[in-house]
Amino acid sequence: MTSTTADILLLAFGSFGILIALTVLGEVLRARQSTQTPNPVLETYMTRIQSWWGMVALVGIALLLGKIGVMVLFAFASFAALREILTLTTKSQADHLALALAFFVILPLQYIFVGLGWAGLYMVFIPVYAFLFLPMVSALRGNPQRFLIRVAETQWALMIAVYCVSLVPALMNLDIPGYGDRSLLLVAFLVMVVQSGDLLDFFFGRRFGKTRIAPGLSPKTWEGMICGVLCAMLVGAVLSWITPFGIWGAALMAGAASAVGMFGNLVVAAIKRDRGVKDWSHLIPGQGGFVDQLDSVIFAAPVFYMLTLYVYT
Amino acid sequence: MRYLRQFAARIVGQSIRMFARAITAVRAEWKGIEPVPRQRVYFANHTSNADMPMIWSVLPPALRRTVRPVAAADYWLKNRLRAFVGPEVFNCVLIDRRPEVDDKPLDRIIAALDEGSSLIIFPEGNRNMTDDPLLPFKAGLYNMGLARPDVDLVPTWVANLTEIMPKGEVIPLPLICTVTFGAPIHVRKGETKDDFLKRAADALLACRPEGRP
Repeated sequence: MTSTTADILLLAFGSFGILIALTVLGEVLRARQSTQTPNPVLETYMTRIQSWWGMVALVGIALLLGKIGVMVLFAFASFAALREILTLTTKSQADHLALALAFFVILPLQYIFVGLGWAGLYMVFIPVYAFLFLPMVSALRGNPQRFLIRVAETQWALMIAVYCVSLVPALMNLDIPGYGDRSLLLVAFLVMVVQSGDLLDFFFGRRFGKTRIAPGLSPKTWEGMICGVLCAMLVGAVLSWITPFGIWGAALMAGAASAVGMFGNLVVAAIKRDRGVKDWSHLIPGQGGFVDQLDSVIFAAPVFYMLTLYVYT
Repeated sequence: MRYLRQFAARIVGQSIRMFARAITAVRAEWKGIEPVPRQRVYFANHTSNADMPMIWSVLPPALRRTVRPVAAADYWLKNRLRAFVGPEVFNCVLIDRRPEVDDKPLDRIIAALDEGSSLIIFPEGNRNMTDDPLLPFKAGLYNMGLARPDVDLVPTWVANLTEIMPKGEVIPLPLICTVTFGAPIHVRKGETKDDFLKRAADALLACRPEGRP
């Protein structure tokens, strides 16, 4: 067993330990409740914990399978996210071929380029080539109605659901001196700090959040967000042993990723408000869709990738 | 041989269900009814040939076993594959639409109801290729509601299929499809055909999900 595998197992068992504690807590609370009236908050909490079990298991198995496992997992996450966003965007039949290409050509190609480690191509493939090429395909069908809105929304969906998500497994391509083949662990680090920051932002926001950041959009508060980012930095520092950043570096990287992720969450909330939906879909019980669950990781990934690239390689 | 065909029908049914789930993540929204075994007529909007398999796919197994889609015989008997899938996988009640045949479709539908089956019907009669959300309903829904007043008539809206597979396209887009079940309606005492059909269409339109651009 390599040291990377041992570290992944340690992380997985650590996460399972936390989940067991949370599950037991929920079951104890449930047992103390009167049986007649189920408590909706508690039931939501338990559904969420169950989804978390599934997610930790999936990510853990993907990491243990190595690079291919992580690539496949995130390719499927991209597919699910793209499906959720494109279900709600403006489109007409003239876009049918362009949208089919987005799903069945652009998305797989982006992941193949990431898998091959062709950084020069996967960094510009969607922002430049897909950006230029897909509107041409739409234009060939000759329907000018709301054309700019249609192509812009399609491109936005590709950037968020494919480009940004694919930069999470792209972390494995970074060649960091003295870090060897352990860059797989950066994927675990990013996902864990951002998600725990979100969870604690939610918790502290409920507890003593007062000042809404964007009252028209989301119940997020400055108090909750600051506590969430600080907690993410703490989690980052605790996890610094799996990173090449050192304790302070790990805390700062975690803080940056978590803060970007939280503002990204506001962006996604604005889109949901505009389209009049509460969740993107209902794929994950208790949490809504993939985009609801991953929004902060999606926005944090490019920033985290770039920071690691410029500062540590 | 009979058992083999039944077994094959189950395999094909499961494959259709899994395919629908994998591509469109199709899911049911039980807005007005619970997914419990009760005799019902699910009446739905019709924009694509995939409407019926979508509704069929989201029904839980206990409900799926007792449901029979009402479908056109000329479509489902066109070739041997369809003649297997339509009557044996979906257990369709086949209606002959040819004008020269003096077949009473309502008799077959009532007979299926009297056997205890639930039904899936498309009261628009044909696929809706217009920009209007619904075509005017045919009288069938009213007649069966009048003949068997105890059966729940459940409005069932299938969303997004026009975008998943527009007419003339070859590749289906993997967008999310939702099937929304509304509150059941019944023919009221003394209600005229036109009033009832108008009320049924309104109930069906009310099931449309939020968030369409």
